[in-house]
Amino acid sequence: MQTVIEGKAYVLGDNIDTDQIIPAEYLTYNPAIPAEYKMFGKFALCGVPPDQGGLPKGHVPFHGPDDEFIAPYTIIIGGKNFGCGSSREHAPIALASAGIVAVVAEFYARIFYRNSVNGGYLVPLETETRLCETICTGDQLRIDLTTHELHNLTTGDKWSLRPLGEVAPIIEAGGVFNYAEKVGMLKKA
Amino acid sequence: MSAMTMSEKILAKHAGREAVNPGENVWVDVDVLMTHDVCGPGTIGVFKKHFGQNAKVWDREKVVIIPDHYIFTHDVMANRNVDVLRQFVKEQDLPYFYDVGTEKYKGVCHIALPEEGHTRPGEILFGTDSHTCTAGAFGEFATGIGNTDAGFVMGTGKLWLKVPPTMRFVFHGNLPPYLMAKDLILAVIGDIGVDGATYRAMEFDGDGVFALNIEERMTLCNMAIEAGGKNGIIPVDDVTRKYVNDRGQRSGNKPYTEYRSDADAQFIFEKVYDVTKLEPVVAKPHSPDNKAFVSEIQGTKLDRAYIGSCTGGKLTDFRAAAKVLQGHTVKIDTFIVPATTEVAKGLDTETVGGKSLRDIFLAAGAQIGDASCAACLGGPSDTFGRLNAPISCISTTNRNFPGRMGHKQAQVFLASPLTVAASAITGVIEDPRNFVA
Ligand code: SF4
Repeated sequence: MQTVIEGKAYVLGDNIDTDQIIPAEYLTYNPAIPAEYKMFGKFALCGVPPDQGGLPKGHVPFHGPDDEFIAPYTIIIGGKNFGCGSSREHAPIALASAGIVAVVAEFYARIFYRNSVNGGYLVPLETETRLCETICTGDQLRIDLTTHELHNLTTGDKWSLRPLGEVAPIIEAGGVFNYAEKVGMLKKA
Repeated sequence: MSAMTMSEKILAKHAGREAVNPGENVWVDVDVLMTHDVCGPGTIGVFKKHFGQNAKVWDREKVVIIPDHYIFTHDVMANRNVDVLRQFVKEQDLPYFYDVGTEKYKGVCHIALPEEGHTRPGEILFGTDSHTCTAGAFGEFATGIGNTDAGFVMGTGKLWLKVPPTMRFVFHGNLPPYLMAKDLILAVIGDIGVDGATYRAMEFDGDGVFALNIEERMTLCNMAIEAGGKNGIIPVDDVTRKYVNDRGQRSGNKPYTEYRSDADAQFIFEKVYDVTKLEPVVAKPHSPDNKAFVSEIQGTKLDRAYIGSCTGGKLTDFRAAAKVLQGHTVKIDTFIVPATTEVAKGLDTETVGGKSLRDIFLAAGAQIGDASCAACLGGPSDTFGRLNAPISCISTTNRNFPGRMGHKQAQVFLASPLTVAASAITGVIEDPRNFVA
């Protein structure tokens, strides 16, 4: 597991649901097929109403002009109840496919959190403080998973993150399969 | 031994433990794994990647596959996905597959599961769909999981779970004729919020719940996820037993165990409702907890009405809608989508005032679609009832986030079948009390 994650922030608000992360019409792609996996990156966050994408100003497209699949951002900042709605694993897959490595939110909807951890797609982090009104889209951030710190390199601000706790070993192992092998639940395939 | 809630007891039993406490992580044995056309192909991909191309599922009797989401479409990818399921069922020789275009085709998985006898008290059911929690109506622990988890279960029959603390909602009284279970659950979600039950179990109890028929109980549990709940659950009574024993004949009459919460079990939250005092409830755009009483927003202009889905597309829902629509014509486009083929048949056999439900709907000017999820989640652009323009729709479905039923700027109001039917007649949000006594 990467212990330091650094990159640009893309900021969203509260209750970002899975239909906004990846609208249902794109669920016909099969994430198990690499060429189709890429398509999830292309359509990631395309369901977010334009004025709510890329806060605080909004109307900031998630994808840059140069790459239709990979976004220029590494970390998503969200508010409350990130990832609510359906159980589609396509949601964390879409974000990961677009190049997102970590999400920082106040808290998550349960299935999104589980899918992120068990699939090993991205690191879902939680903060005590509400950051989606403080951090600006485009700020350069650094997350240190050993010290549980989030550093805004653009403004110099620092916040502490909640420790990952009991899911840390699963994230470290890279998902539930690797973890189950590690603890002897599964024999290596 | 310390007192436990029924959800805790089921998890303890399946973890091979005497007792479990909320917050603990446990590995549980799975009784049934359900998947459909949207998440099935990904799940199968995960399963094969980790267990091998020729691996067999842990127990072929326990995997149920129900294509239901993108069914009557020309979308090539959607149809390819059903083919992936067909191929897998063939190579694994799975007995429970309800394929499109065959006699066995059912429609929406959460209604198909109980109809075909796959829901039993005391069991653990996982499904690759968030509304798997619907089956809690049968006194079991049922919840939605992702493809990776489902792929893991396919190979091992096990999964880790964090034991949720339980919230209890007690309903007293008999529902007045203008209210339905949908009003109750929208009231609950409005009260606790879309994140009010995050990481928690929601147990529904009280004489008001036991007075509901089994389909109405399913509506209650169905929308537990809209409050963020891990599962919804209702204790077993004679109504449950009768339904389960009857339907169990279709899938081998498996024995089951009933669990009840101990009298001194710990609930993290409790709220009591007198259902006789409640009014018809609506969730306004764009969130299921954006609650209003119909009386507060009566007269709001609408473009469309939609009656369908695992929440509001059961026979009870159509019976209610027919009672309102009988002898009236709709003023706005009105779409009727039975959840399953069995419900669709019921539209012909069930009558209100001597007329079949189908005749009542057609005479009122509504359009009737084939059994499936249809426009509940938007889907490909040729989906029946899909909101392809920024219009306003009142719907018996369960979610109204931006874009859920199609267009990102469409406005979706969630309500009971009674309220939706009444609104279809007048073209504005309408109080069902003006049509039913
Ligand atoms: S009817 Fe709607 S909520 Fe129910 S399973 Fe289908 S898409 Fe999901």
